[in-house]
Amino acid sequence: MSGESESLQALGWRAWLLSSSPRSRNQARLGRFYIAWLSFRSNHLAMLGLGIVLALIFMAVFAPLIAPYDPNAQVLADRLQYFSAEHWFGTDDFGRDIFSRIVYGSRLTLYIVILVAIIAAPIGLAVGTTAGYLGGWVDKVLMRITDIFLAFPKLVLALALVSALGPGIENAIIAIAITSWPPYARIARAETITIRNSDFISAVRLQGAGRLRIIWSHIVPLCTSSLIVRVTLDMAGIILTAAGLGFLGLGAQPPLPEWGAMISAGRKVLLDQWWVATVPGIAIFIVSLGFNLLGDGLRDVLDPKSGGQS
Amino acid sequence: MTNQTDRLSRAGAGFKGLSLPSPLRTVVNLITTVLLTFLGLLLVTFIIGRVVPIDPVLAIVGDRAPENVVERVREELGLNLPLYQQFFIYVWNVLQGDLGNSVLTANPVLEDIKRVFPATLELATVATFFGVILGVPMGVLAGVYQGRWPDQVIRVVGLLGYSIPVFWLGLMGLLIFYARWPWGELVPGPGRLDVFFDGLVDPVTGVLLIDSAMAGEWEIFWNAAWHLVLPASILGYFSLAYISRMTRSFMLEQLSQEYITTARVKGVPEWRVIWVHALGNVRVPLVTVIALSYANLLEGSVLTEIVFSWPGLGYYLTQSLLNADMNAVLGATMVVGAVFIGINLLSDLLYKLLDPRAR
Repeated sequence: MSGESESLQALGWRAWLLSSSPRSRNQARLGRFYIAWLSFRSNHLAMLGLGIVLALIFMAVFAPLIAPYDPNAQVLADRLQYFSAEHWFGTDDFGRDIFSRIVYGSRLTLYIVILVAIIAAPIGLAVGTTAGYLGGWVDKVLMRITDIFLAFPKLVLALALVSALGPGIENAIIAIAITSWPPYARIARAETITIRNSDFISAVRLQGAGRLRIIWSHIVPLCTSSLIVRVTLDMAGIILTAAGLGFLGLGAQPPLPEWGAMISAGRKVLLDQWWVATVPGIAIFIVSLGFNLLGDGLRDVLDPKSGGQS
Repeated sequence: MTNQTDRLSRAGAGFKGLSLPSPLRTVVNLITTVLLTFLGLLLVTFIIGRVVPIDPVLAIVGDRAPENVVERVREELGLNLPLYQQFFIYVWNVLQGDLGNSVLTANPVLEDIKRVFPATLELATVATFFGVILGVPMGVLAGVYQGRWPDQVIRVVGLLGYSIPVFWLGLMGLLIFYARWPWGELVPGPGRLDVFFDGLVDPVTGVLLIDSAMAGEWEIFWNAAWHLVLPASILGYFSLAYISRMTRSFMLEQLSQEYITTARVKGVPEWRVIWVHALGNVRVPLVTVIALSYANLLEGSVLTEIVFSWPGLGYYLTQSLLNADMNAVLGATMVVGAVFIGINLLSDLLYKLLDPRAR
């Protein structure tokens, strides 16, 4: 124990991380992360994406401190004002400060993205690894179901689901999640099939591990990195779909400051007060771009096999 | 975007996993797959229809109807039967083209869809045309000049295409080119035609460009074409982003092959190596990509149609949705899904037809 900390002091943390003969599993793991980070850091666009996403999180967390006004405070005397020092992005048709609404809207965007990922990724992971590891008729049935969902146009299925569940942000999240999991299942299955017959799985099986244990503790961890890449890349799509539902009036309901719904409200005054619809659109664009850049960067680092192709 | 790549890889995986090279077997396999997928589609729309919190019986008789009336209507609608029987009846009706009646328009849903579908078809076709005409050459150039400026352009086009909300881009297009263009309107406003041209041409096919050309009404033809430019460009941009990206990666794959080197060594001119040899081999996967992007445009047109008040399937679907017209919503969903499956099948078949290695 003491020897390890001594050598740590002697070498410095950088050398410790980059050591070619790690002493513990954690050292190896951290070292790998560090190397990945080094290559990620050299990708300027990916860093820009990371910056945008971090800024979004920052904005969402500290919204009450950043926003100068209450996002729902209506001042009808000040409606539809142009950019000014008091109202950086102007005001909407109820005299609400657009900048404050954008800031609070980041919370909704983040809320939607995170919940969809939390619901859809585990479903896809469970279906894909089970199908891939068990094979046989289980695989056939599960993949047939996955294919059926893949054959559906995403937005239209989400529309139909929302129409059945009723409009609202929670139902929009459920609808998007139901349409998002199939690609994850396919990825997890493909990964599982390549891992399934490797020696270390056979070794674990010979030691008497059950199927559930093999899938859960030996296959799932190996599928996560490609899944994380894919989920990050999908986040832009999730944001765009959610905004589309909001725009159609089927997602977040007024007076929630959801960006898509804000565009829809601004559409009525587009020709005269163009900024009301323009500003939230730019916000959606920047955040989607951030997730796309981050996802591309992560793919290059974590999943070099498919990198460089697009 | 990513969804499309999945379908593409699936199209490829389908033929690799085939044990018997017999074409008949392939076709039978494909048809079984398609039928099962279609049945799944119907199951999903059926389930969605049953989850609806609106009780269809109450919607008809009102909530003050006596018990026996409610019971009778329930029986008439077949809602007292077990679920699996209801499902069979539903499938049977759909197969006969009976999607129920729309509450909003009081027409059979299928008739409504027949009326609005050509508008969507017209929009998506012209948009795909833009996407192919521009996207394929751009993708080829990006592949040839990898890492140089044409490649960067494609990258930016792609990133924008995957990050901009289509409905917002449509609104901005209207704002700039219609409302705020300094020298009058560059493009006409929303809709398929100027108001005074409306209803002057008999809807034979429903596709205005064809109908007006057949009737010899060239003024209407040009008006319709002019109305198409902006929405089709906006929609086509997204297909351009996808098609150029895929073309680029297909080209990169081909250009690294040895036959290209051989051709160059033999002294074949460079333009021929690129546009004939390499692009010739890209043709087959490209057909699949174009078909998939076409299918996606049918869906992507939902939001575009709303922005441009384009009376197509997406507009119909959304209007029905906002009026809780469930038959119409499910009917439209089913039709879009069926077209989707159909185009996927078609692209699979084309792939097998065009690529001798897949036979």
